[in-house]
Amino acid sequence: MSKPVGWRAALLSLVFFAMLLGVWQIAATPRGGSGPALDPEYAKLIGAAAAVGQKSPFPTPIEVGAKLAEHLADPFYERGTNDRGIGIQLAYSIARVTIGYLLAALVAIPLGFLIGMSPLVYGALNPYIQVLKPISPLAWMPLALYTIKDSALSSIFVIFICSIWPMLINTAFGVASVRREWLNVARTLEVGRMTTAIRVILPAAAPTIMTGMRISIGIAWLVIVAAEMLVGGTGIGYFVWNEWNNLSIGNILTAILLIGVIGMALDQGLGWLARLVAYQE
Amino acid sequence: MARAFDNPFNPNVTLGNGCSCGQHANEAEHARAAADIDLADTEALTARVVETAVVKAVFGGDVRRRQFLRLLGAGTALAAIAEFFPLSLAKEAAAAAPGPLEKKDLKVGFIPITCATPIIMAHPMGFYAKQGLNVEVVKTAGWAVIRDKALNKEYDAAHMLSPMPLAITVGAGSNPIPWTVPAIENINGQAITLSIRHKDKRDPKSWKGFKFAVPFDYSMHNYLLRYYLAEHGIDPDRDVQIRAVPPPEMVANLRADNIDGFLAPDPVNQRAVFDGVGFIHILSKEIWNGHPCCAFAASRDFVAGMPNTYHALMRAIVEATAFASKNENRKQIAEAIAPQNYLNQPVTVVEQVLTGTYADGLGNVKRDPKRIDFDPFPWDSMAIWMLTQMKRWGQIKGDVNYQQIAEQVFLATDAARFMRDAGLAPPKAAAGHKFKIMGRPFDPAAPDAYVDSFPIRRS
Repeated sequence: MSKPVGWRAALLSLVFFAMLLGVWQIAATPRGGSGPALDPEYAKLIGAAAAVGQKSPFPTPIEVGAKLAEHLADPFYERGTNDRGIGIQLAYSIARVTIGYLLAALVAIPLGFLIGMSPLVYGALNPYIQVLKPISPLAWMPLALYTIKDSALSSIFVIFICSIWPMLINTAFGVASVRREWLNVARTLEVGRMTTAIRVILPAAAPTIMTGMRISIGIAWLVIVAAEMLVGGTGIGYFVWNEWNNLSIGNILTAILLIGVIGMALDQGLGWLARLVAYQE
Repeated sequence: MARAFDNPFNPNVTLGNGCSCGQHANEAEHARAAADIDLADTEALTARVVETAVVKAVFGGDVRRRQFLRLLGAGTALAAIAEFFPLSLAKEAAAAAPGPLEKKDLKVGFIPITCATPIIMAHPMGFYAKQGLNVEVVKTAGWAVIRDKALNKEYDAAHMLSPMPLAITVGAGSNPIPWTVPAIENINGQAITLSIRHKDKRDPKSWKGFKFAVPFDYSMHNYLLRYYLAEHGIDPDRDVQIRAVPPPEMVANLRADNIDGFLAPDPVNQRAVFDGVGFIHILSKEIWNGHPCCAFAASRDFVAGMPNTYHALMRAIVEATAFASKNENRKQIAEAIAPQNYLNQPVTVVEQVLTGTYADGLGNVKRDPKRIDFDPFPWDSMAIWMLTQMKRWGQIKGDVNYQQIAEQVFLATDAARFMRDAGLAPPKAAAGHKFKIMGRPFDPAAPDAYVDSFPIRRS
């Protein structure tokens, strides 16, 4: 990509952003027109929108911005078990995702190697993988709660089970499609099986494995929010649920924005790792 | 070891001074050798102490006691004494004496609704701390989750809908595990809220095709809504749809027109009014004034395994309930439980629920100080009523031993004792308590006939 395009793309991005905010502000601004005159005692007991005969409105971008600033100004407060700053909640979620994801990688990559190197094992395990792969992670949740009997472990298990498949399949695929010639060269040079795996197959399959890992981290981050909404207690998913409970759309939008930013950072991090192992044939 | 722990029904034991059999250097050694009960079991020990005291009082001297016991045998003697002295009652009374807590750090789960008021307020207002307990009150996302976490022992005790412990005990919707209701939290305090677009449809007969939400299948809300609809000739399974929706999602669903109304716990009803989404059709007290709603529930394991902790926790809950039952305290409570850490609602919404001065969503300010009330007494008859409704709507099948399950789960004796300690007057005749729901009398002595008397039922 040449430089002038990048600069113009950034400008266009900003224009889109401004347009979005503008339309949102106009759409969310409450219409004028007051409802029937109300008993002042009654009006005091209900929300401002309900007092003019309307439903409570969607927050404007300015209100959401104020909420965001408020959360970012003090992200690590702790006012009791059920009221912690958004930074602490995000940290809980990131920790859960990291643990579940690393466990999945520890299982998926060696297993993927095995499957990729042996067509027999590949054939035998493939039906199971195909059935288990499309199961929604949240469908695992009741089962996990019932068998593991611990909600914190259950959410880590759900991360584990949903991030394992892309890594497993990509590793197997990457290992299986290493070029024959390279393996033959290794064999001609009488390289041992272990050495072949580490010195020839691993570097050759690394880009495909990294792609699998990148897909997995995306899924893991998607799933954690839903899982935490279900189990509650801590994490950004719990934060969203708690604010939904209070019908506070402003806080929910703040959380959504931060979830997006963190997800992007995780993806970019793995993208950077992927570039380190990439090679040109 | 104190001699009070020796078996007073053993004729070879002396209740006077010195080692009872003369074979041991001191009484402690004797006790260790002769202990015929597990000394680690505090509850058995307390019981033994009481038995000893009673036997001593009855016989005065050891000689007369020995003669009596040799003549009759210990079992007969125990029965004879129990005949004119209620041993079990004396044992229970003594168990109330504070002992060392088995566990100080407890986790108690709650759902953010005003039914949980005693459980929640006991935290910021120091009722737990007063009993030497360090309780963490944990907000939980839904009834199924609170049940699973309680079954998994992540929570020591939990806020549950009062039919849930019955359902858990009989194994409806889960594995059967003995569960208990040491105390009811609140009575009344629910309402039927309808979408604002139905403000002219106040007659239930015009509700055919409506979609309703209740918080859980095993809830008073479900049974009360079904009862109310059926009494108006609407079959709750065929003419309308009733689905379980977690309370926090109810207002959002009502707003999106996904449902036409709900019978829900507060503050959900008041919140719908506050946001201009719905109006309060009737309060649940207009269906059954004084109905139980939520319960403070614990496993039988916890109640039996940690008696001192359980007693301390019960005292905290009952004292909090006593405090909440006074109308003049309600404003203060609303301020304590409205923040993010607990209910996470605007203070005015919680205040309207607790004080009973509220906006109905149709432009009227209504005043009903009994909109929600707090009364810890778990009537067996209430449990029986819930079981009849489970039976009526096909949630449990076959023959039900109503009285036995009700007594096992609803711990009325315990509650009465703690109520007296907290300065509340427990009801006198706990059994055979009758009440009327929408004019139809309920007799807990004849539950099967009651179920059969309904024209609309699934059993």
